[in-house]
Amino acid sequence: MGEQIEKPLVSISGLSKWYEDFNALHEINLTVSMGEKLVICGPSGSGKSTLIRCINQLEAHQKGTIIVDGLEVTPEMKNLEAIRRDIGMVFQNFNLFPHKTILENLTLGPIRNRGVSLKDAEVLAMQYLEKVQIAEQAHKYPAQLSGGQQQRVAIARALCMTPKIMLFDEPTSALDPEMIAGVLEVMVQLADEGMTMICVTHEMGFARKIADRIVFMDEGEIIEIATPAVFFSAPESERAKLFLSQVLGH
Amino acid sequence: MAKRPSAPAVPRKRLTVTDYTLFAGVIVLIFFSIYRVNDVLVYNWNWQRVLSFVVRFDPETGSYSANLLWYGLMTTVRLAFWATVLAAIIGLIVGYWRTCNNLTLRIISRGYVELIRNIPPLVFIFIFFFFISSQIFPALGFDNIDRESVLVDNVLFRIFFGDVRLFSNFLAGVLCLAMFEAAYIAEIVRAGIQSIGKDQWEAARAIGLSRFNVLRDVILPQAGRKILPPLAGQFITLIKDSSIVSLISIQELTFLATEVASSTTKVFETWILVGGMYFCICFGFAVLFGWLERRARRSFK
Repeated sequence: MGEQIEKPLVSISGLSKWYEDFNALHEINLTVSMGEKLVICGPSGSGKSTLIRCINQLEAHQKGTIIVDGLEVTPEMKNLEAIRRDIGMVFQNFNLFPHKTILENLTLGPIRNRGVSLKDAEVLAMQYLEKVQIAEQAHKYPAQLSGGQQQRVAIARALCMTPKIMLFDEPTSALDPEMIAGVLEVMVQLADEGMTMICVTHEMGFARKIADRIVFMDEGEIIEIATPAVFFSAPESERAKLFLSQVLGH
Repeated sequence: MAKRPSAPAVPRKRLTVTDYTLFAGVIVLIFFSIYRVNDVLVYNWNWQRVLSFVVRFDPETGSYSANLLWYGLMTTVRLAFWATVLAAIIGLIVGYWRTCNNLTLRIISRGYVELIRNIPPLVFIFIFFFFISSQIFPALGFDNIDRESVLVDNVLFRIFFGDVRLFSNFLAGVLCLAMFEAAYIAEIVRAGIQSIGKDQWEAARAIGLSRFNVLRDVILPQAGRKILPPLAGQFITLIKDSSIVSLISIQELTFLATEVASSTTKVFETWILVGGMYFCICFGFAVLFGWLERRARRSFK
């Protein structure tokens, strides 16, 4: 990794967000370098999802700046589509398009956003489907696949846009236990290939394995940022200690 | 794996004694009504006379030609067709506006829907018709269309719009009906769009689709499948409501049937026949939509 890590791909400073009167994010400062893998963890309601959803502006922030690949992202900007093509996102509930086949789910973005021809988009889509080992299901509908398979399709759909960074919003939380391994395997493979990743997850084993840094959040604030080795063995804050004892304890 | 027993046979659905009793009751009721009409009212049925207003036999030339009721039926079909197309377009746009974040669009669409929904159709049509036929059409020059013009003097025009002399009259009917039904269709469309979860919007926006593309590729195809049944109902209502415009002298089926009934005094035959005609159009529509629904369901899963 070495020199790759020097260049910041995402830099967030002074980011605050309110839902009505509820302060969901408070003065967040965070930079993510090219090729870096970040895992965000923390108790539910701590603002982890809100934070990564601000990066591609699925949520509008009220204060602070977000710069992605040299461009400032604001709620007012006209061509959010241009930013979003570089930011892949995977959701907790897969969010595949149920009326489209797996292949159509993958080709839609490249065709509409990048103006790729249908034929080229299908070739590209099949490459990614093979990568997540769903190629033989290309012509089925999402409802015919298991949860784990659907989530792998969702990852492939995001990859089809050849993003510079991937955001994962609790990708395994809605899965049956036996489905989780397959999805994590794909994510590890992606990490090994040098993709820049920000993952919100409760999979601590996965975090230990791929994360460069772990960001611990609580009540809309970043409490501590540490390498996995430090975070899991000697967390600084009391809140992180409590959280770890709860997720690792059972 | 040990061999397991196969599923037990499901008993076939059969009509029971209750069903037969009900059917018998209905048949008795029908015969009783016929008996009342024949023996108590002493009504003199003459179907031939009324049927001749659908297709007339001309003894001089020895050929059949279409007559009033047939023209009326055709006008109703044209009216229903154009009003359906127009109402679907207006309804789609207004329905989408109802779901927009833009306040102006929401106010306009809400105003449109509430204004029309809360006035009786007949009152709306009277107001609207006298407004457009006295103000808008003269301004647009629809009242003095050149009848010799190639644009209107051709077969296609006659098939799609009927007689040129009645064109502005016909157009007024189409507009009234379309504006009226669009308000209801808009509400159906709005419900359809809102029934698609926020997650679909987010997923589509996250892969870089514009608002228009999200709507076209993701939201409307799914909403469309869900709203097919209420939409079918609304279109059938539209066809039936087209009889209201007979009151503003649009010469469609109901208007001409009133004339036929009063000139022949064959009231029962005329209205039973006309009822049958409406039934055929509406039922045809229902069958078409039933087929569309099955098709939509098949492609989903």
